[in-house]
Amino acid sequence: MDVEILSRLQFAGTIMFHYLFPPLSIGLGLQLFLCELAFYRTRNPAWEAAARFWTRVFAVNFAMGVATGIVMEFEFGTNWAAYSRFVGDVFGSALAAEGIFAFFLESGFLAVLVFGWDRVGPKMHLFSTLMVFLGSAFSAVWIVVANSWQQTPAGYHIVWHDVQGEQMPRAEVTDFWAMVFNPSSVDRLTHTLIGALVLGAFFVASVCSFYLLRGRHDAVARRCLSIALPTALLFTILAGATGHDSAQKLVETQPAKLAAIEAHFETTDQPTGLYLFGWPDAANKKVHFGVQIPRLLSLMVYNDPTRPVPGMDRIPEDARPPIWLPFQTFHLMVGMGTLMIVVAGMACWSWYRGTYGERRWLLWAVVVMPLAAMTANQAGWITAEVGRQPWIVYPSVQNGVEMMGMRTADGLSESVTAEQVLSSIILFGIIYSLLFAVWIFVLNQKIQHGPDSPEELTEYKRRHKDESMSESIGHGGTAYGGSLMDKET
Amino acid sequence: MNYELLTFIWFVLLSALLCGYAILDGFDLGVGILHPFIAKDDRQRRLVMNSIGPLWDGNEVWLVTFGGALFAAFPVAYATVFSSFYTAFFLLLTCLIGRAVSLEFRSKVQSPRWRKTWDFGFFASSLTAAALLGIAGGNVMAGMELGPRYVYQGNLLSQIYWYPLLIGALTVSLFAMHGAIYLYLKTEDELQDRVQRAIHPLFLTFAGLYVSATLATWWHVPHATENIANFPILWIVPILNALAVLNIPRAMHLKRPSYAFFSSAMVILAFASLFSVAIFPNLMLSTIDPAYSVTLENSRSSQATLGTMLIIAAIGIPCVLSYTVIIYWIFRGKVKLDPHSY
Repeated sequence: MDVEILSRLQFAGTIMFHYLFPPLSIGLGLQLFLCELAFYRTRNPAWEAAARFWTRVFAVNFAMGVATGIVMEFEFGTNWAAYSRFVGDVFGSALAAEGIFAFFLESGFLAVLVFGWDRVGPKMHLFSTLMVFLGSAFSAVWIVVANSWQQTPAGYHIVWHDVQGEQMPRAEVTDFWAMVFNPSSVDRLTHTLIGALVLGAFFVASVCSFYLLRGRHDAVARRCLSIALPTALLFTILAGATGHDSAQKLVETQPAKLAAIEAHFETTDQPTGLYLFGWPDAANKKVHFGVQIPRLLSLMVYNDPTRPVPGMDRIPEDARPPIWLPFQTFHLMVGMGTLMIVVAGMACWSWYRGTYGERRWLLWAVVVMPLAAMTANQAGWITAEVGRQPWIVYPSVQNGVEMMGMRTADGLSESVTAEQVLSSIILFGIIYSLLFAVWIFVLNQKIQHGPDSPEELTEYKRRHKDESMSESIGHGGTAYGGSLMDKET
Repeated sequence: MNYELLTFIWFVLLSALLCGYAILDGFDLGVGILHPFIAKDDRQRRLVMNSIGPLWDGNEVWLVTFGGALFAAFPVAYATVFSSFYTAFFLLLTCLIGRAVSLEFRSKVQSPRWRKTWDFGFFASSLTAAALLGIAGGNVMAGMELGPRYVYQGNLLSQIYWYPLLIGALTVSLFAMHGAIYLYLKTEDELQDRVQRAIHPLFLTFAGLYVSATLATWWHVPHATENIANFPILWIVPILNALAVLNIPRAMHLKRPSYAFFSSAMVILAFASLFSVAIFPNLMLSTIDPAYSVTLENSRSSQATLGTMLIIAAIGIPCVLSYTVIIYWIFRGKVKLDPHSY
């Protein structure tokens, strides 16, 4: 296989694996903050038990996010050196800002969140939780800005540099804020963040519904559900709304992507319909087994059911993205989104009526919803990235001048061989499979163990107080380390 | 601000980030290298791991930020360095992942076999990460086979020869010693005695390698001393380096371990500064033809980007420093196990 395919596979694999964790960290971060806020205001030990429990789950997930995230940052240099030289002036500043503004914030306050329960006061702890949540969200801001710039570049010009007698082009920033607020960054950012919040809300709702099904940790589970279910409903609806906004922009900024996700081959003067599902066949420009609602795409894109939408035939042949994959992943995302709105709506209604705990089928439906949310997040990412091929940087128009983009094939590292990339894929394939197994195993253990009961917590705190008092007057301080610890592990 | 000055400021800032990384992650890598030898039972191992528990993640961010800043300020250098060290970097990344999850997962299951596995993972990944960082540093010092258009013409095997290996060994011994002094500060009683017994041999090993590496650099990397010869004021760096090294046993002897820790941090600072002084004004020297070298001038970002980045740094760095201080202050004192420990 050639270096391009291997490098793309490697990037897709490492980023999809990474992308399992940060959305959960962001979403769980909000739920954790809300639990702790409730504890701070009510001082109810059940809320404290909940906050401590979600902190443990959060920490495991966060470590996975950090571990797999470092890979992403260096991969631009290792596998995409030509791309890095072309866009470093623009793209690098977003990554650097992420490091300075987001990573330091989250990693610093994570320490207080996880290890600081008995070292800082409740106010400082609550503040640290908020900082970790904001830090993880800021991280998403800069990453999505950098990615959006690749999709809809703005605020730059092309400068030709002499490299040992050869002229090489480079994108250079002319307007930092235009680069940050490029035409798609705000829409894509809100949609991505909301996707993460949906996942977090459903994750909490899922675990708590599981406890109700098993008749365990009732007090903690019901309290958390009272936060998680309404936020799940709110954010799934917002995800639909922001997704719609993003899709509407595509017709101007990335018409090829729009044509791909709708398998819209030929432009006609008739209004355009929308496929609910189907099996696109790019070679024959057909959609097999397709079910189409007439006029709906025109209505969705232009708010006008009569205006035709441009199709793939308007895109030069050598600039067309693949169709089958973006079509399917886009429809999968929308399908999962619709399913989640329905389930969250029914769950909230049932909760409002006070019958939530009785309907086992509904509880089971909520238990599996994090998978739907994960699927939607991953599918959305594939749609966005495959739909922009063959461009690694989209060509754009700046002040009426057409700017050059960069093709994915031209962004590779020249010095890297196919064998090197293949061996890194194998290496990371093995490591990531192991990590995934361990992550599921540890997560399952945490969930099976569940939150400490509020009585246990009070008992522990009383003993802990005694310990630290005896320590301060000089009796062996480390004695309790072993026994108490092992219970938790 | 003038372009040349901006470029120079970014070179200094990047050196500072790398140096911050080496000082901070240096001690937790060192702790990882030492822990199988120093801790004798499960409780001591947990104490050793928890001495860096709240801190290692923040320490590693310095490396990530260094990567981002290098990408932004000297994109050509970023692309060239990471694609040249392709295999080495994937091994380093494997180690960093291994360390993170070994720490996180070790104490999650009550089984000796599970814990032994992660203990080994933590040790092996810390050791390999430290060695790889040193090997990469040694290669950059000595220069690499860069061809036209910054395309690297060597491979992993051409990066592994005696000089980088020596620098790798020096880095491992330095981090191990730095980690041991840190552990001495964070532990008490029997564990502290065990740590103390390790410091002296670690220091001697490091001192031996320090002398060898200095002589080897003189002989193998003649261009490394050019800047010092041209600007004699820079002699202050190797002199401070030697003084800081000598101060470590003195401070330990005087029973002032925090002073010793400060000294070993200064040794790392001096090494990082020597490295920067030695390579300036190149970032990667070509051994094929100096015209193919990656220099500050041919690898930097545009003036506008360097300026914007400086504003970002001016806002960000005080924040970073202030909460780094807060976190280290909250977790000051001897390490204790509690329900939130690893």
